[in-house]
Amino acid sequence: MTEKSKKTNTSANENTPERKTKFETLSGIAVKDLYTPKDISDLDYDKDIGFPGEFPFLRGVHSTMYRGRLWTMRQFAGFGSAEETNQRYKYLLSHGETGLSVAFDYPTLYGYDTDHPLARGEFGKCGVAISSLKDMEILFSEIPIDKVTTSMTINGPAAIVWGFYIANAENRGIDRRVIGGTIQNDILKEYIAQKSYIFPPEPSMRLIVDTFEFGSKEVPRWNTISISGYHIREAGSTAVQEIAFTLGDGLEYVRWAMKRGLNIDDFAPRLSFFFNAHNDFFEEIAKYRAARRIWAKELKKLGAKKPRSLLMRFHTQTAGCTLTAQQPEINIVRVTMQALAAVLGGTQSLHTNSMDEALALPSEKAVRIALRTQQIIAEESGVTNTIDPLGGSYYIEWLTDKMEDETYKYFDRVEKLGGVIPAIEKGFFQREIAEAAYKYQKETDENKRFIVGVNKYKMDEPVEIPILKMDEKGEERQINRLKKLRKDRDNAKFERNLSRLKKAAKCDENLMPYILDCVHSYATLGETCGVLREVFGEYKEPAIY
Amino acid sequence: MEKKIRVLVAKPGLDGHDRGAKIVARALRDAGMEVIYTGLHQTAEMIVETAVQEDVDVIGLSLLSGAHMTLFRDVTKLLKEKGMGDVLVVGGGIIPEEDIPALKKAGVAGCFGPGTPCEEIVEFIKKNVKR
Repeated sequence: MTEKSKKTNTSANENTPERKTKFETLSGIAVKDLYTPKDISDLDYDKDIGFPGEFPFLRGVHSTMYRGRLWTMRQFAGFGSAEETNQRYKYLLSHGETGLSVAFDYPTLYGYDTDHPLARGEFGKCGVAISSLKDMEILFSEIPIDKVTTSMTINGPAAIVWGFYIANAENRGIDRRVIGGTIQNDILKEYIAQKSYIFPPEPSMRLIVDTFEFGSKEVPRWNTISISGYHIREAGSTAVQEIAFTLGDGLEYVRWAMKRGLNIDDFAPRLSFFFNAHNDFFEEIAKYRAARRIWAKELKKLGAKKPRSLLMRFHTQTAGCTLTAQQPEINIVRVTMQALAAVLGGTQSLHTNSMDEALALPSEKAVRIALRTQQIIAEESGVTNTIDPLGGSYYIEWLTDKMEDETYKYFDRVEKLGGVIPAIEKGFFQREIAEAAYKYQKETDENKRFIVGVNKYKMDEPVEIPILKMDEKGEERQINRLKKLRKDRDNAKFERNLSRLKKAAKCDENLMPYILDCVHSYATLGETCGVLREVFGEYKEPAIY
Repeated sequence: MEKKIRVLVAKPGLDGHDRGAKIVARALRDAGMEVIYTGLHQTAEMIVETAVQEDVDVIGLSLLSGAHMTLFRDVTKLLKEKGMGDVLVVGGGIIPEEDIPALKKAGVAGCFGPGTPCEEIVEFIKKNVKR
């Protein structure tokens, strides 16, 4: 290194003053005007950076990355009835989507059938309503589930909804060993951020470990969890909090599974992750890279031997909370940059938000443009030609290290609180996130942070954008289907399977086989979940703001 | 001394998106109001019951699930039935422009979507609170 390259930049002088007194990332990390070799002088390339597909996997989980295979283009979709959503899936697949991702409505997320009193007004509103195997059959009708993989955002009742998917495949003559996909199944971040929990932590963790155990033996191509930072970030966390809390949750699942006696190398290869792609371009890229390295190191410490166990494979969704209801078309630009960050960060699959999502669920045209956005990045931009093209950038490597250091500080704080679950019960994560969210809003309100179209470059024009309309008969159809199903099924068999599940839930057997029996005999989601509610009880959170 | 405005911030239905509700609750508190936050998963009955017990002047409903046309109107209807029609009701969340007239007609005095500065909500409440 020459003497010249060791110096730091001579900052702004009187003739060219800087625009702001301080520059920082979206998450509040102070950023210097220039980064040089000095900022990363303690990095050892082979040890700290290395090669894609090799420990510590900083540069990517695969040795060929997008030269071998592009990321999976997977749009999160679901609304109204199973029939309507089935049409949307076919539409997306016909436009070049390469994987499916199911959004369920609130009653489904809470394990209630469409005709439950608490489901009032919610049918199909922010996802598709799936109350039984019958609905699942319709949802995937004429879709080749032996070839296309499906991700399902379902947590509290994940084991049951996964049961619907497996049973549907089997009824179609497709072996459970062939189907591929993901269930989100990440209850810890539900308590922390997304809030669609059902049971208390202990039985919830047991159900999750049941799916790990069952999946690794019976459904080997399935990711039995998608440990998610997305919702933590959407709830208002910083980028560091997002990876710190998510990886912390991930390690908690590993510990619980090991406590059950599972071999880490049997289940760890099926753990997957899900992150947000927010506005600060470089910060997001550094975030994915740091998370990959931390996970590999920590899994190694826990005794994982198989290289595949060390891989932090992840899905990314662009940040819904950054979409503006004002001038909605400009959201396309935001989504493009966020998606590009995810690709440069080495994502395995990607959802790009639609421009109209601050107003309603996406229209067909809006979702097509969103899909086209990732297709342009893949086919036209040239960023897929080489692996981790920003690796070695002084700024990116410095920021990656910084995020890793900050993450470990959070790991220490959580450990001092007694671990992840005690920290949840003390409201630690919830408070940290609420604090960051309030700060973000305050800075925007005080014009310390600008959002184009919201507090700068505003326009007083009515929003003219077509809003998705749903079939108003869907709810009635669904309720009639439920009534018919309850009448037509073999009710003696159904009762027997349900009571067996109840008995097993009271002991410590793996519940998946019992759930599958219930599902096959057309027990509804609400009925199956209801039995578990009786045995496990329900979680209530303290209302902190 | 002027009596503080009492506000109930409520999350009706099953929606778990509580970022906005919590931010607004805090902003109203910082603006000198007394704020009660219900927490998640409230039925209309629970919300109105709390409003009666806490003798609030304002109810702020937050919903991002799209069920506002049913759930907001359940609350305003029940309020009227209980003779509490003078409580100012405002709403926030993912609410398409075209739904707003019907919500206003049902008694939701103001709707505040994404991008609304907290100050605007504070001012609206101060200007429109009836009791």
